Amino acid sequence: MTKIECIIRPGKLEDVKEALDRFGIKGMTVTQVIGCGLQKGRTEVYRGREYSINLLPKIKVEIVVRDDQVDGVIRTISEAARTGQIGDGKIFTHRVENAARIRTGEQGEDAI
Amino acid sequence: MLARLLPGLLILTVLALPGPALAQGTSPLDTGDTAFVLVCAALVMVMTLPGVALFYGGMVRRKNVLSIVMQSLFVLALVSVQWVLWGYTLAFGPDRAHVVGDLSWLGFRGVEQVANPDYSAEVPHLAFAVFQLMFAVITAALITGAVAERMRFPAFVAFTLLWTTLVYDPLAHWVWGVGGWLRELGALDFAGGTVVHISSGVAGLIAALVLGRRRGYGSEPMLPHNLPFTVLGAALLWFGWFGFNAGSALSAGGLAASAFVVTNTAAAAATLSWAGAEWVRHGKPTVLGAATGCVAGLVAITPAAGFVGPMSAVIIGLVAGVACYLAVSVVKARLGYDDSLDVFGVHGVGGTWGALATGLFASRAVNPAGADGLLFGNAGQLWTQFVGVAASWAFAGLLTFLILKGLGMVFRLRATEEEEEQGLDLTQHGEDAYPDMAVGIPLTPAPAPTPAGAARAAEREAGA
Repeated sequence: MTKIECIIRPGKLEDVKEALDRFGIKGMTVTQVIGCGLQKGRTEVYRGREYSINLLPKIKVEIVVRDDQVDGVIRTISEAARTGQIGDGKIFTHRVENAARIRTGEQGEDAI
Repeated sequence: MLARLLPGLLILTVLALPGPALAQGTSPLDTGDTAFVLVCAALVMVMTLPGVALFYGGMVRRKNVLSIVMQSLFVLALVSVQWVLWGYTLAFGPDRAHVVGDLSWLGFRGVEQVANPDYSAEVPHLAFAVFQLMFAVITAALITGAVAERMRFPAFVAFTLLWTTLVYDPLAHWVWGVGGWLRELGALDFAGGTVVHISSGVAGLIAALVLGRRRGYGSEPMLPHNLPFTVLGAALLWFGWFGFNAGSALSAGGLAASAFVVTNTAAAAATLSWAGAEWVRHGKPTVLGAATGCVAGLVAITPAAGFVGPMSAVIIGLVAGVACYLAVSVVKARLGYDDSLDVFGVHGVGGTWGALATGLFASRAVNPAGADGLLFGNAGQLWTQFVGVAASWAFAGLLTFLILKGLGMVFRLRATEEEEEQGLDLTQHGEDAYPDMAVGIPLTPAPAPTPAGAARAAEREAGA
């Protein structure tokens, strides 16, 4: 099993969710995060004083999938979340040892 | 039987009571004016709580919002009691040497339902006194913004009590008390440009300097945590200010209407000019700028509200918006002091401009009891206004400094580095404004159910 963690633009969450749904992925964990990368920060003005805000709001989506789904999921998310501009985000994958469904006690791929 | 007797009993009771005319002496009260002044007093109360509380509360970081709201709440309570005990008599009691009232109205003794013709011929003395109380409250509350996010609560309480007694009360006497030296000099201050705004603004500046900057000031962003709060606070200030300025006419008549109109006009003009100045300099008009601009306009029109016409109000407001904007964005940045929420930049600068502008734009055509300003052929009034401004600056500045230095020997004024880091809400009040995820256990467990209570609960369950 693999955990896919992707950082995307806040406005792309619906598109990504829909694309994953079509791909057959129903479960996910979504977090509001802030971060920085290649994208420059923005300037905010409060009472005439300018502040450079370089951590920008992003959305983190975490899903755990079967290993044979990984390439397809990465492709699906990339297509859904891409605008072509700097700041589209990143996708990370991690190996997952095990999973358990708390309600039934199922383990492994049956649990995801 | 009882029902038939009741009206008769009521009539007897009423006859037994002394008639209102007898109780109220000779001067007849005007019920319309009395109603107006009482409602205006309530409007001015709303300016402090929740007006100032939310205006400031939105501008601090989330870890300090309760502390700043608590300061406004506490000032309302503390100064309300102080005013009844000794504040009112110091400010408005019979004159002593043109500087302070004597102690004859201690504990509101002699402040009664009848009018005091010295201050308001047709309104109960009590109504006048409580209207003035709300001014004392808001003045002390305004200062809290300058030392926000770093003053310890015990020191703040002691400071507020001393400051209101030693600065506000005498200054109010100078300007508004019968026999006060600035009043006798002819300085015009309709609703408190010097007494309320210069005094709180200058006190804020001195307090910010004495306490020093917040840790991290200039190196980390200290941004408002909830601007809708701030707009709500500004809106309540604008709304309450109608009571503040129009109410200062102490009569529901033409002068009150005039003060109402110029108040709204100046607030609006300053909102436009502050937002406009930002639009030009930064490319975007900000919400915080517009909200602050309206307050700057309200401050500036305060001393002039009963003496100037609507066109003068437009100019006073437009200038106030730009002047205060420059004070907080350029001057404060250059000088490097940390007046957290710009009490000096808005109230000190706006109040000074308003007091001087009164010397320019005042017109006896608006208020025959006032005076003409420079633009209406009386250059001397501008000088008189300047004396009032300079005296208020010097008195408020010096006394604030002495009070803080004196208190500093007894109290720790500032939060420690760790307290500041954690926030004043937790360290001063033991509360969290936004406890999204509080995990823990209550230290006082709920009482164990008594046998009788348990039986009742079982019955209820069985019934259900």
